[in-house]
Amino acid sequence: MSQPPRIEVENLTVTFGEGRRHVVAVDRVSFRVEPGESYGLVGESGSGKSTVLRAICGLAPIEGGRVLIDGQNLTGARSRAFTRQVQMVFQDPYGSLHPRHTIDRILSEPLSIHGFQGRDQRITQALEDVGLDPAFRFRLPHQLSGGQRQRIAIARALILEPTVLLLDEPTSALDASIQAEILNLLTRLRREKQLTYLFVSHDLAVIDHMCDRLLVMRGGKAVEEMTDGALASRDVDSDYTRALMKASEGFVRPGAA
Amino acid sequence: MSAPLLSVRDLTVTFDTRRGPFEAVRGVSFDVGRERVGIVGESGSGKSMTGRAILGLVRPPGRVGASRLTFDGTELPGLPERQMRTIRGRRISMVMQDPRYSLNPVMTVGRQIAEALRVHGRPSRAEIRKRSLDMLAEVQIRDPERVLTAYPHELSGGMGQRVMIAMMLVTQPELLIADEPTSALDVTVQLEVLRILDDLVRRRGMGLIFISHDLRLVSTFCDRVLVMYRGRIVEEIKASLLHQAQHPYTQGLLNCLPRIGGGHEALPTLQRQDAWNDA
Repeated sequence: MSQPPRIEVENLTVTFGEGRRHVVAVDRVSFRVEPGESYGLVGESGSGKSTVLRAICGLAPIEGGRVLIDGQNLTGARSRAFTRQVQMVFQDPYGSLHPRHTIDRILSEPLSIHGFQGRDQRITQALEDVGLDPAFRFRLPHQLSGGQRQRIAIARALILEPTVLLLDEPTSALDASIQAEILNLLTRLRREKQLTYLFVSHDLAVIDHMCDRLLVMRGGKAVEEMTDGALASRDVDSDYTRALMKASEGFVRPGAA
Repeated sequence: MSAPLLSVRDLTVTFDTRRGPFEAVRGVSFDVGRERVGIVGESGSGKSMTGRAILGLVRPPGRVGASRLTFDGTELPGLPERQMRTIRGRRISMVMQDPRYSLNPVMTVGRQIAEALRVHGRPSRAEIRKRSLDMLAEVQIRDPERVLTAYPHELSGGMGQRVMIAMMLVTQPELLIADEPTSALDVTVQLEVLRILDDLVRRRGMGLIFISHDLRLVSTFCDRVLVMYRGRIVEEIKASLLHQAQHPYTQGLLNCLPRIGGGHEALPTLQRQDAWNDA
């Protein structure tokens, strides 16, 4: 094999609590994501999809199995090199930005931690990348709309020029029209910067739109892995995936055809 | 057609801000009979405020105005609070979005349902218990005896929402206003809750106002859809004909949703036009 996968997750197990409160949040989940690929994790609440992302970042304890980035096994506290390479975008753009820091400060903090030069120009560039006017630079998060805030969160993740973006329900808190704008932005950025995405969502249609391959999860376990087009052609093995697909089509009145 | 259950004409909700009055709802008119009416719009479109205004739940300094706001022939604004309470909760009920915030965390489910019953009558203990258990069974709760003694934090989101619905329906209202009743729930649970609502609406001949941001869901669940944009109704359409929507805002909302099998092409985005403000 010439090149290791960008992300490799092998029999990942994450547990919380002890004794009677012991919970297996992720149960022996495995998948690999090639460089430049967009991979989706889809499932309902409690399926463990977000916990997988958190485990990759070192925010959840890895109880068993391994996580490798470019063939490197991740153990212990994540290194500075790791945080440069792997960045995360969270669901709630209201909670993930410091309310009393200006956009300028929010964007320059990662740059100063990693000792990047030419901050000024990088911040202007980052704002331009996510389609925001440079005038936003000296505003506070509460002066922005939800969609604009999510753009800032994406700009903050991209400012360190990572190769991997972990996206945890990045559009669930947004209106449908804003969701479309953010999804288009993410698609364009991936193409321009050759990024690898690991995209978590409860919305099957969003995952199908954004990802080349996807993994359906339920109760901490992997249900089935599917390639692009399998959903559309209903090439589905598990009943659970079928139930999810049906649910995403909306309400069907009992008795109606 | 018989007289509608609820009749709303030129409803406005106004808030005073430092920059002058702001109209969250700007002249909304519609009727609701014994049917399912959906109100759809994005955040800030005034859909929730419309629902609250009907029940007199807009808090000061917000102001509600209407040339007509009648329920079963009774003009609601200006009704003394005492009389309003005989309508609110008994004849018109409201289900809110998130059971975690709208159930009382320090009261058992049983006491909360009993409270709803006691406010609207003087039932005996045995009767309260029976009606509560029946109602919980009706919203498909498997173990009503246990749930009656449970606190809200001991229930899952879907169960909490069903308890909310049970609480709102135990007084047998004629009109139910449901404000994003399933948005906090997983898709599969969402459908289960909708099935229960659908069943109850049909069997009891209740009117339902279903407020949601989810155009696709509303179109599959309701009979008629009102599309709101910036405090106004821009389009009213039969749910089954939604794909023939005329207004560019409605079309835009429908088109910007990703679809399974829709490919990876860029999604059409909504180009907002100032003209829509006065639609």
